[in-house]
Amino acid sequence: MSTPASSPSTRILTKGNEAICLGAVAAGCRHYYGYPITPQNDIPEYMAAHLPALGGTFLQAESEVATINFILGTSASGKRVMTSSSGPGISLMQEGLSYMAGSELPAVIVNISRSGPGLGGIAPSQGDYFQAVKGGGHGGYRLIVLAPHSVQEMYTLTMLAFDLADKYRTPAMILGDAIVGQMKEPFVASPYDPSSTAEKPWALTGCAGRERQNLKSLHLKDNAIEVHNWKLHEKYERIRNEEARAESYMLDGATIAIVAFGTAARVSKTAIQWARKEGIAVGMLRPITLFPFPGREVFELARKVDVLLVIEMNTGQMVEDVRQCTPLHDRIAFLGKPCAMPTPEEILERIRTLAGRKG
Amino acid sequence: MTGDIIMAGFGGQGILMIGNLLALTAMEEGKHVTYFPAYGVEMRGGTANCTVVVSDEEIGSPVVGRPKGLLIMNGPSMEKFLPMLAPGGDLVINSSLVEERQVTRNDIRLLPVPADDIARNKIGSRQMASMVALGAYVARSGIVKLSTVFDCLPKVISKKYEKFIPLNINALKEGAALAGFHA
Repeated sequence: MSTPASSPSTRILTKGNEAICLGAVAAGCRHYYGYPITPQNDIPEYMAAHLPALGGTFLQAESEVATINFILGTSASGKRVMTSSSGPGISLMQEGLSYMAGSELPAVIVNISRSGPGLGGIAPSQGDYFQAVKGGGHGGYRLIVLAPHSVQEMYTLTMLAFDLADKYRTPAMILGDAIVGQMKEPFVASPYDPSSTAEKPWALTGCAGRERQNLKSLHLKDNAIEVHNWKLHEKYERIRNEEARAESYMLDGATIAIVAFGTAARVSKTAIQWARKEGIAVGMLRPITLFPFPGREVFELARKVDVLLVIEMNTGQMVEDVRQCTPLHDRIAFLGKPCAMPTPEEILERIRTLAGRKG
Repeated sequence: MTGDIIMAGFGGQGILMIGNLLALTAMEEGKHVTYFPAYGVEMRGGTANCTVVVSDEEIGSPVVGRPKGLLIMNGPSMEKFLPMLAPGGDLVINSSLVEERQVTRNDIRLLPVPADDIARNKIGSRQMASMVALGAYVARSGIVKLSTVFDCLPKVISKKYEKFIPLNINALKEGAALAGFHA
């Protein structure tokens, strides 16, 4: 098992799931609760081995329903706290996540997703996109959703997730899959550079010397829940305006632009390199934040290129958000594969076809 | 040196161990590398395979459709992965468990290695079979230096088992010798 590097210049061969743990610990998270499920068990394994020695808490809860409520409680006390699971377990957490969004409580939730629906299988999948970005639980809320595509990003985006969750007082999710979770590659433990050091005057820390305060998602008085919903809405709009992130990859002069996130984007990079060598002008816009979705970038890109090729490890979810961002629907093509990753060869084949089609 | 390989066998043969070792070695040599394991839910006897990509440039996909190298430790893996091997690619088979007549292609470079027999009879431990196969592949492909593999052994073998490092080195050398390389 990897341990944090002693020098920032040291490359360590690290598994994606472990990089998440290293990022969480670097960002000051000392509390982790969870319930085992493949393919994310490296995360609780690491946290169980390391958090107690750092003065923190590792707890294997009796279920995911219990887990998310432990997370809620720890967050209410003002501590940075994280859990991780995979599709079925994340589903069990939806009630608690809705309560946390309503109570405006930050935490980091990791979904190393697997194939579904139901118990599905352990093959890598991006089938949880809808659940992650559309709220997931009841009542109408949003999670901040970050989609790493490398071991290094598993680390840096976990640190960012803690910062954004605190800044906006809302749960943030890392959405990965079995490939980016299980793969190893050289990784550098860059120092944590907090983008926000939000004070938490709202935390429940004992009311000696100050007014009593509470945290709740229940609002029964007059129009209190309507007011609260508008407040949350304004927050989500602020997140949309200020936090969208995307990588532009080889888009210079591109006539075909792939739109893909996470592992699908990673695999696409190889296909793009091959296609460029064949003289095909193809690049990629890679959403790093799935909520907020980089809609403006997609809108601009759609006007510039002939084809937007959306690639996902599902039968078509993010492609709906792409359609929403541009009126140029006839420029959108889709390549999907549920519960498996298209190989670079398959992606190259589609790029060639698209390049030929437009002559 | 750039290359990619899929290694496959059954759980317990040490597939993930040698894949991880190869990846670590490539990193130590300053290369870009990815290692992607895939395995069944069983501790032993299930399927186990991994993909290692080594490159001088930043690596896109950790998933490979047409690998340049294939290391096959048991029969069922042959059926699954042989069709994927790129033409002209290196195929190392554990000929103690895989029959050569299972190799239904002649557009590849075959290196049969009786890994289990060498491990048992020459090294004295059948567990060293995967190291014999790795030694043969490294020598045949030149993807990394064999001496760097030796240097990396202490990083993948826990302190508890470090007394077995010389056995692992012998196993790697025996495999390399079959590819015509003498350390």
